Amino acid sequence: MALYSEKVMDHFRNPRNVGIIEDANGIGEVGNAKCGDIMKMYLKIEDGIVKDVKFETFGCGSAIASSSMATELIKGKPVSEVKKLTNQAVAEALDGLPAYKMHCSVLAEEAIQSALEDYEKRTGKKI
Amino acid sequence: MIYCDNAATTKMSEGALKVLNERLSDSWGNASSLYLHGQKAKEALEKAREDIAGVIGAAPGEVYFTSGGSEADNQAIRSAAETGKKLGKTHIVSSAFEHHAVLHTLERLKKEGFDVTLVDVHENGLVVPEEVERAIRDDTCLVTVMYANNEIGTIQPVREIGAICRKRKVLFHTDAVQAVGHIPVDVSADNIDLMSASAHKFHGPKGTGFLYARKGIRLTNIIEGGAQEKGKRAGTEDVPSVCAMAEALKESAAGMEKSGEYVRSIRDRLIEGLSRIPHSALNGDADRRLPGNVNFCFEGIEGESLLLLLDDKGIQASSGSACTSGSLDPSHVLLAIGRVHDVAHGSLRLTVGDDITESDADYVIRSVGEVVELLRSFSPIWRDLMAGKKQFIL
Repeated sequence: MALYSEKVMDHFRNPRNVGIIEDANGIGEVGNAKCGDIMKMYLKIEDGIVKDVKFETFGCGSAIASSSMATELIKGKPVSEVKKLTNQAVAEALDGLPAYKMHCSVLAEEAIQSALEDYEKRTGKKI
Repeated sequence: MIYCDNAATTKMSEGALKVLNERLSDSWGNASSLYLHGQKAKEALEKAREDIAGVIGAAPGEVYFTSGGSEADNQAIRSAAETGKKLGKTHIVSSAFEHHAVLHTLERLKKEGFDVTLVDVHENGLVVPEEVERAIRDDTCLVTVMYANNEIGTIQPVREIGAICRKRKVLFHTDAVQAVGHIPVDVSADNIDLMSASAHKFHGPKGTGFLYARKGIRLTNIIEGGAQEKGKRAGTEDVPSVCAMAEALKESAAGMEKSGEYVRSIRDRLIEGLSRIPHSALNGDADRRLPGNVNFCFEGIEGESLLLLLDDKGIQASSGSACTSGSLDPSHVLLAIGRVHDVAHGSLRLTVGDDITESDADYVIRSVGEVVELLRSFSPIWRDLMAGKKQFIL
């Protein structure tokens, strides 16, 4: 059996929504280089909807796949719903992660929450 | 498939595989049994011991078969420690980048009251003999320094360290798991008292290895039981595997010069090619390293994702990143030579054999370049480095 599920490998090999958004109104960065994982999420929120999302990740295969999957899960969704995104939802959507890689899905959740907080701070709007 | 992970394990040679199969068929008797079938197995076992001793410059009686390198490391260190303790000597000198079979055994001994000094391995990954000498105290019972490092391949000044130990009357053990079968190793010329080796690192079978212990050195049993291996290692001998190990070692020794020269040329081709990737650096001394070892750090990327994408391209390699070890810290070897966490996570180890062609090497260079570029294209660290928000380390 391979280390990762087919879905993880698909999102790792062909990550969705890679890059940056120049006029993002919510940016979140979590992790640190010392531990070997950094995730940066860019959100473009309009009318309470995540119109666009992009990410950049320094990290292992499951970190890249978790970021990619997380962006897919929140794109086009109302921010109130996005706020409820959990790491379990990310891991489940990837057909599971090895136990010692679950922290990658946690990072994805945290990166999105951090981007939402940044949005709240910038716009003064409460989600 | 371009297999570049020979430091992890090697494919069995055809000769060793043939011997393994033959002995499994004709020498399956218990070497301790007195009837002919058992005695034939015993004979094969002793012939293997002679062959192995011959290659490393030892006497047959100085070679003890074990389950591999880790067991041999454990037994060598435990033996020296026990002898030392009886004489009131409870200090051990080692290096910061030993294999965990050595480091973890030393950690255990520390809990039992031993004092351990780890000498520096410096930026080039080499132990300095004079520093070993300075670390030796009146109560030092053992110096254990590896022959060649398993990650960065640097070859230690074993002969000089051994000479110092002789002079200071301290036992010298070397974990030669990565060296035996790859570079000339001679326990007499190299002043070695105890040495560990593992068959699967030189195209022999897994689960078998040996401990060399100079005549007169008292060994402590790790495994208690029957009287096998002169009562120093219990358990029915795996005669077929031991014979296959001897065959693999003889083959490696016979082909060493020719194969070594070729593998070295492939290694240098890889080093030269990978050096052209911007913000990369070779880990460990460029010259004093194993013929097949290439180890690089690439800034701004993480090793596990690099390995997975290389695997997609048919290249098997390894990395010292935390993600490949299951811990939060990257390789202790890379940290010991002064690489900071940020770049140690982005390491790649290629350990090649003589089955790699020049065009394979060029394909590897191209592939690594492409993968590093791809991963950097969406790395937030790389963006910060390129934007000048962070300083390049490499």
